[in-house]
Amino acid sequence: MDLHEETIQGLHTKLARREVSSEEVTRHLLARISQLNPELNAYITVTEEEALAQAREADQRLANGDATSPLCGVPIAIKDNMNTRGVRTTCASRMLEHFVPPFDATAVRKLREAGAVFLGKTNMDEFAMGSSTEHSLFGPCRNPHDHERVPGGSSGGSACAVAADLCIAATGSDTGGSIRQPAAYCGVVGMKPTYGRVSRFGLVAFASSLDQIGPIAKDVTDCSLLLQALCGYDPCDSTSVDSAVPDFASFLTGDVRGLRIGIPGEYFIEGMDAEVEEAVRNGIRILEKEGARPVEISLPHTAYGIPVYYLIATAEASSNLARYDGVKYGFRAKGASDTLRQMYHRTRSEGFGAEVKRRIMLGTYALSSGYYDAYYRKAQQVCTLIRQDFVEAFQHCDVIVTPTVPSPAFPIGEKTGDPLQMYLLDIFTTTVNLAGLPGLSMPCGTTSGGLPVGMQILGRHFDEGTVLKTAFAFEQQTLTTSKTQA
Amino acid sequence: MEYEAVIGLEIHAQLLTESKIFCGCSTQFGAEPNENTCPVCTGMPGVLPVLNRRVVELALRTAVALKGEIAPRSVFARKNYFYPDLPKGYQISQFEAPLSLGGYVEIEGDGGTRRVCLTRIHLEEDAGKLVYEGTMEKADAGYVDLNRTGVPLIEIVTEPELRSPEEAAAFLRKLRSILRYLEVCDGNMEQGSLRCDANVSIRPVGSEGLGVRTEMKNMNSFRFVEHALEYEIQRQIATLDDGEKIIQETRLWDTSKNVTMSMRSKEEAHDYRYFPDPDLVPVEIDSTWVEEIRGNLPELPDEKENRFVEAYELPIEDARTLTATAELADYFEKAVARFPQAKKVSNWILTELLRELNRDEREIGGCAVTPEHLSGMLAMIEDGSISGKIGKQVFEEMYRTGKEPQAIVKEKGWVQIQDSSELAGVIDHVLVSHPDEVSKYRAGKEKVFGFFVGQVMKATRGQANPKRVNELLREKLQSDN
Repeated sequence: MDLHEETIQGLHTKLARREVSSEEVTRHLLARISQLNPELNAYITVTEEEALAQAREADQRLANGDATSPLCGVPIAIKDNMNTRGVRTTCASRMLEHFVPPFDATAVRKLREAGAVFLGKTNMDEFAMGSSTEHSLFGPCRNPHDHERVPGGSSGGSACAVAADLCIAATGSDTGGSIRQPAAYCGVVGMKPTYGRVSRFGLVAFASSLDQIGPIAKDVTDCSLLLQALCGYDPCDSTSVDSAVPDFASFLTGDVRGLRIGIPGEYFIEGMDAEVEEAVRNGIRILEKEGARPVEISLPHTAYGIPVYYLIATAEASSNLARYDGVKYGFRAKGASDTLRQMYHRTRSEGFGAEVKRRIMLGTYALSSGYYDAYYRKAQQVCTLIRQDFVEAFQHCDVIVTPTVPSPAFPIGEKTGDPLQMYLLDIFTTTVNLAGLPGLSMPCGTTSGGLPVGMQILGRHFDEGTVLKTAFAFEQQTLTTSKTQA
Repeated sequence: MEYEAVIGLEIHAQLLTESKIFCGCSTQFGAEPNENTCPVCTGMPGVLPVLNRRVVELALRTAVALKGEIAPRSVFARKNYFYPDLPKGYQISQFEAPLSLGGYVEIEGDGGTRRVCLTRIHLEEDAGKLVYEGTMEKADAGYVDLNRTGVPLIEIVTEPELRSPEEAAAFLRKLRSILRYLEVCDGNMEQGSLRCDANVSIRPVGSEGLGVRTEMKNMNSFRFVEHALEYEIQRQIATLDDGEKIIQETRLWDTSKNVTMSMRSKEEAHDYRYFPDPDLVPVEIDSTWVEEIRGNLPELPDEKENRFVEAYELPIEDARTLTATAELADYFEKAVARFPQAKKVSNWILTELLRELNRDEREIGGCAVTPEHLSGMLAMIEDGSISGKIGKQVFEEMYRTGKEPQAIVKEKGWVQIQDSSELAGVIDHVLVSHPDEVSKYRAGKEKVFGFFVGQVMKATRGQANPKRVNELLREKLQSDN
């Protein structure tokens, strides 16, 4: 097996046994990045020197026997909306093209302390607004399974880097599906934890009540290992929850006997891709064969997910992005110093891309006096109903299984002219953010065209364990099956 | 037509915390520009606010003392607008669910005690400050100082119940006194730790409706508040008398021209697009906390004033002045504890002490005369060691040097002459030196008596005990008859 194909778990064993050094793996991956990234465009910034320094430090720790985390010495990638001390954090925007944060995001600090090696910052839709990683100042990222197609978004760079073996694992952020959807498109495992599980401190905010950092990895075990390192209460984030984080590895038993799998009729809709539907239904059959019990459930407010999401997320975004005004840091339009108003106007007109501006305008409108009750307040009320749907559903099941996206990865450029078509891709993922639940996407097959299909597994609040347990059991079966077939 | 004014106030008070409301930066006034800042209060990408518990505690203390109804659950909201002193592009404040509703402050007016009701008290963060090279209009450059950004504020909003500039000023003075008693705000209007905006309208006397209001800003002293309101009321009356309409707008008090100037009209008013701040969780306050705070409230100005009247039998005016600040009241009580003649202590504080302090623009805390010194000096007057007149000199000396009265009297040789034989000698000398006056006195011109007293005092450089001098003089003049 080539070094770049390693998983966290596999590499950790080799590093611990001193069969390979972190520096070796890091050099290998950096070389692979310089070879493949010009085409795939998964990375915005590659931090070669820093990575090698971190790798040498990790090797030292491994040699001294004080590498307590399985991530020590493991090269990973960080989405470019998470602050990295001393390394530019652009959010794929002109606004922050040269912004170098003076501090690490809490999630980044935790990974740094664990001894992980940061290869660089991954491409994304500007300020995480998008489902295709086409809305990037640095150009679109490509799907490693078909370079003419998108990798999904907004964490498209991270999903692409993991799928193309340009890192061992990566971090993503998920506001309406931004981890799960690209994971589905790229055929990797991605998880959005329960809202409040992972600190948002240092994650550049898109929609504060929905944003959550999570892992993107090559398999379920890696996903749980990276998740373990990310989770935990942070006093710097008032919305982070102070409750014990279980040992996720203990859930990876492969045993799903008696597990009740909720299947919501509303998530198998008319017009969805037949191959996608078949792959997911097949996945459910596999779990059933392992002793899980499918239960028909209903999530009646599913249809409101998209409008509610695009009201709440844009409203919060319009306020969160107000700080980019050219006064303190980041981009300031040239020659715009005549009046303050002009400076604001030109800086924000030139600094933001079209999709970000569209969402700022939508959100500003939703919060405006006279419209607030009809839009923002109403959206919050419906959000409560969506949350109640899930609470009710979880009375009858332990996990919910759905497709992650109704269709596989689409060609680059196909939907950029039609924002509504793009927004509709989030139909199965946004409700999970609105309800604050944990959700995971994993590969469950491929289309006849060779594109990966993602299956989404949802759990109760703070029950990532059962989600991972289900995912692991499914993965064990599909690995066995593919091996048998091979 | 006869008009009456309708005034409502919005007071912003900086809370006396060590650190800011949402980060650990210092709130110290007067630091170098942008010294007290961090990624959180400068609004860097990715930062999050964390509420300072002490801020809630001080705000609660205020709300409880002002008899507000404490919300068990209050919510922070974002007030969105663009300005360079507002680094996040929004101010974290409270909107739909404030910390406290209602409450009141009692003020003394011509018609006796009046209760001014409060609408609400809420928490918010302060904005930064813009600094210009030269004047704002002509500056080549403006700079942003974010030291003040995130300093905790409470906003106290009154009902439109004030009827005159004097009443508004009385309210403000009373509120300031309460805030200082509570040790939640230093009340310094010049430095901006206490700020006042006012909504003003006028209406025909007897009418119940409300006229179009203007909002007054930039009144950073009690005097300016009174002047600005007075000006604005007259301006509104003149406007209506001219048959014109009052426009709803924000007006600034121009301290150099003594006029209010239009700043922006209603049409230009901001739409702040308030919504609950998703970065913060609601502030939960249980009754145990409220009761704990209620139990630890200090005695407030009104209670203290009443107690001073009753316990020390002081006139109400004395009690009111002495209780204007907790420090002055404490000073008085410490002095009275050692010299239990309250009225005398009060007189000395209200005349001598406050005159000196006012002249030097000093607070009682910065006064060199301790209550112990003052009471010690009063005791010396009382037991006749010094005269009242010498007492004033001793007081001035104490004020100047901070020395003990005993030491001053000794050093200056100001001890009052009590000794009869010593005084008798002086008196004999005076009488011998003025035979004409003695004859006049004996001829029945008793007014000359005063002259003899004066001469004795002069000869003793004021140190003779006047009572003894009187007695001895009478004895001498009679016996030698």
